[in-house]
Amino acid sequence: MSTAFEHPTYNYKVVRQFAIMTVVWGIVGMAIGVILAAQLVWPQLNLGLPWTSFGRLRPLHTNAVIFAFGGSALFATSYYVVQRTCQTRLISDKLAAFTFWGWQAVIVAAVITLPMGFTTSKEYAELEWPINILLAVVWVTYAVVFLGTIKIRKTPHIYVANWFFAAFILTVAVLHIVNNAAIPVTMMKSYSIYAGAIDAMVQWWYGHNAVGFFLTAGFLGMMYYFVPKQAERPVYSYRLSIVHFWALIIIYMWAGPHHLHYTALPDWAQSLGMIMSIILLAPSWGGMINGMMTLSGAWHKLRTDPTLRFLVVALSFYGMSTFEGPMMAIKTVNALSHYTDWTIGHVHSGALGWVAMITIGSIYHLLPRLYGQTEMYSVKLIAVHFWLSTIGTVLYIAAMWVNGILQGLMWRAVNADGTLMYTFIESVEASGPGYIVRWIGGLFWITGMLLMALNTYMTIKRSTAAQQPLPQTA
Amino acid sequence: MSNLWDDSLSGFWSAWIIVITLGTIAFSAWILFANRRTDKVPDAEGNVETTGHAADGIEEYDNPLPRWWFMLFIGTIIFSLGYLALYPGLGNFRGILGWSQVGQWEDEVARAEQRYMPIFAQYDEIEIPELARDPEAMRVAERIYQNNCAVCHGANAQGGYGFPNLTDGDWLYGGEPDNIVTSLVRGRNGLMPSWQQLGANNIENVTQYVLSLSELDHDEQRASQGQPIYAASCAACHGAEGLGNQALGAPNLTNDIWLYQAPGQSVADSVRQTLRNGRNGHMPAQAAYIGEERVHLVAAYVYSLSLDDDEE
Ligand code: HEC
Ligand code: HEC
Ligand code: HEM
Ligand code: HEM
Repeated sequence: MSTAFEHPTYNYKVVRQFAIMTVVWGIVGMAIGVILAAQLVWPQLNLGLPWTSFGRLRPLHTNAVIFAFGGSALFATSYYVVQRTCQTRLISDKLAAFTFWGWQAVIVAAVITLPMGFTTSKEYAELEWPINILLAVVWVTYAVVFLGTIKIRKTPHIYVANWFFAAFILTVAVLHIVNNAAIPVTMMKSYSIYAGAIDAMVQWWYGHNAVGFFLTAGFLGMMYYFVPKQAERPVYSYRLSIVHFWALIIIYMWAGPHHLHYTALPDWAQSLGMIMSIILLAPSWGGMINGMMTLSGAWHKLRTDPTLRFLVVALSFYGMSTFEGPMMAIKTVNALSHYTDWTIGHVHSGALGWVAMITIGSIYHLLPRLYGQTEMYSVKLIAVHFWLSTIGTVLYIAAMWVNGILQGLMWRAVNADGTLMYTFIESVEASGPGYIVRWIGGLFWITGMLLMALNTYMTIKRSTAAQQPLPQTA
Repeated sequence: MSNLWDDSLSGFWSAWIIVITLGTIAFSAWILFANRRTDKVPDAEGNVETTGHAADGIEEYDNPLPRWWFMLFIGTIIFSLGYLALYPGLGNFRGILGWSQVGQWEDEVARAEQRYMPIFAQYDEIEIPELARDPEAMRVAERIYQNNCAVCHGANAQGGYGFPNLTDGDWLYGGEPDNIVTSLVRGRNGLMPSWQQLGANNIENVTQYVLSLSELDHDEQRASQGQPIYAASCAACHGAEGLGNQALGAPNLTNDIWLYQAPGQSVADSVRQTLRNGRNGHMPAQAAYIGEERVHLVAAYVYSLSLDDDEE
């Protein structure tokens, strides 16, 4: 990469690398999502090959979007934010570079091994043990770089965004190591050290906190920097951030059992998962309120600034999915929603609406600044991207609500003689139209991502051509 | 008192869970109340002055917690404490309602039995051959079949690879009402041993002989060499003429109906595979899942499927 934009103080190189890989992995991960969505409509697209079958591509999708796309975005933004808000360079360029190449190596290993069928079979923790060890090393290095940089900060206070990033980094390290504890039997096969219901509980303790810390706390860190920056307004309430930060991290730890309602997990554990999920509503909304209210006095900017629109709509979807989540955690609701597409819809209102939108907004703020500019190559393209993403998300989740409730009701409908009214396959047939709509929503999304890639490419090209030195104040 | 507590956890773990649960909730409530009040006065725009520090140019107001949000937080905490009083959650404490998921399930099953059993009890009185000709009963029976059996035997009951066709009048275990009921109540386990030890050449010879039994294309010479091996090794189960043995579930080998013929596979390859690796079809016992009364009804349904066959 050109050195023309080297910042005198900060390490922008690693931020640029991660930012570009965010766009690349976003396209890859979502393209696989679109393929999966198409396979559920046209099963022939499994092609009859093991490597291209739904079962193997599905974990590739989740790993690519969460860890490759989301992870790269978190690395990029956390490295950028921590330097700028601590007014100091990353503690070590070498270690930072190691996290970049190490993380990419983990992802490439995932892209190779998952389609080959290597899997621990734990959702979101499918990677086999050699890759897990590399991942653990990279992650601990990340913690050292991030926390080390906070330690050498030149500012008296630690800005709230960094609390969230730090909580996310530390917790994910613990989650990853505990849940992946396993006994290897061959190079690519291992068995979890937990058994039965305990294994399930550890897995969903991990799984839900992957949502809570990877997909939520980390992205709240992003929100706390990029929303006030882009809106050019002070954060709404410092004390609100204190309350919702501490409540969020302590309560999230408990919510995992809502993934295991009405299973072999003891009743008491299920109840605790349910009530903690309900208490989680307010701390979650605390983040949304703090972001939204930061905009008060700047609402007019939404008309002209599509980047800000991305950030605001992300907050709305965050609010919506964190209302939906506690509701689905209530046992009677879960009895209907569990195993249905409602869950898939909830996942993507969080994943597309919140995670992807806040990421894209942040990257649009970040990219020009990393390349010595003030704006992306085309603000119009950002606006088009915004609409494609919003419509795509709405199509996706509306289709899944309809499908989910349809499936839940069909599965429990009984005839006068007590027999089930519908066979399973009838509920699959009834879901067909919803699957087509979801696929179309995915096409909207991937089109938007390709525009983003174009916009990114043009922005970089323009600044390479101009070779302007970076303004000292940026 | 003892009704309110069980002993699924040791006293220590039960106490531990209670303490950390209530501690977590208490901490959340404390952090909420501790940050509630502010004595700072709002400015003209309604915002309370900033904290005074700025991070990369970002300032922070110190606005009070929105009131409705504060109430929402308190509301969820009160709800949760109420829930923990009523339902299991605090360690070994059962909750005042004495609810459990197993209890809920048992209640639902009991209610369903009470409601639906009279329908099945009434059919239980009728003999299977008669029941099989009652269209009303068969509509109910078909639904039981579609819910419980179609996953293996197919929606049209014509079976699939390893799953017998129930409509063709060819039976592994017999098509009389009693045979069918036994298949359903007790389940079935077909065991065809592997014949690897005969060696490749002999396996090929017996294969050709088996093909000859159904008058399929075969190698005359090999078949005649296979005949004595068949008589020695196979006839005990499949019968001297290859007509099968329903007591063992050994299939009839003379009617060109194959349980194990994968899509696109030739009969010869399927037989070779059977001989090399053996087979072990398993029909799970159904009585435990659907109850004897429903078994009676669905047995009549299975019986009716080949009745239609006979009439055609
Ligand atoms: C898990 C798959 C499975 C399910 C579910 C199942 N079956 Fe079977 N069934 C089998 C298999 C496999 C066999 C053959 C066993 C063997 O090869 O010996 C079989 C055999 C039978 C037979 C004996 C067939 C014969 O030719 O003698 C009958 C009758 C039958 N099933 C009826 C039913 C009915 C009725 C139900 C639903 C109540 C049912 N099955 C559910 C797998 C299943
Ligand atoms: C111990 C009894 C027994 C012996 C001995 C035995 N079989 Fe079988 N055979 C079975 C049973 C039972 C089945 C059905 C397996 C199932 O249902 O999974 C079967 C299945 C088969 C099948 C598959 C039929 C189909 O419809 O796909 C063939 C072919 C066969 N046997 C041939 C032979 C030959 C040839 C021999 C001698 C070398 C032999 N068997 C010896 C019991 C036996
Ligand atoms: C183009 C956009 C996308 C499309 C079309 C898409 C499509 C899909 C499909 C078809 C599934 C499988 C659903 C099933 O098994 O029934 C899935 C699962 C999943 N996707 Fe996506 N996806 C997209 C983007 C994303 C993004 C950006 C994320 C995360 C940041 C994400 C996270 C997930 C997760 C976590 C699951 C597993 C859900 C579960 O097991 O409950 N997806 N996706
Ligand atoms: C207060 C916040 C939230 C609560 C209480 C919550 C609750 C739930 C519940 C009850 C389920 C369904 C479990 C099941 O029936 O199997 C679920 C699934 C899921 N949620 Fe949430 N949710 C919240 C926020 C979020 C957010 C913001 C995201 C994404 C960014 C998210 C991602 C997921 C994923 C990926 C799953 C699917 C897990 C799986 O089965 O593979 N959740 N959540």
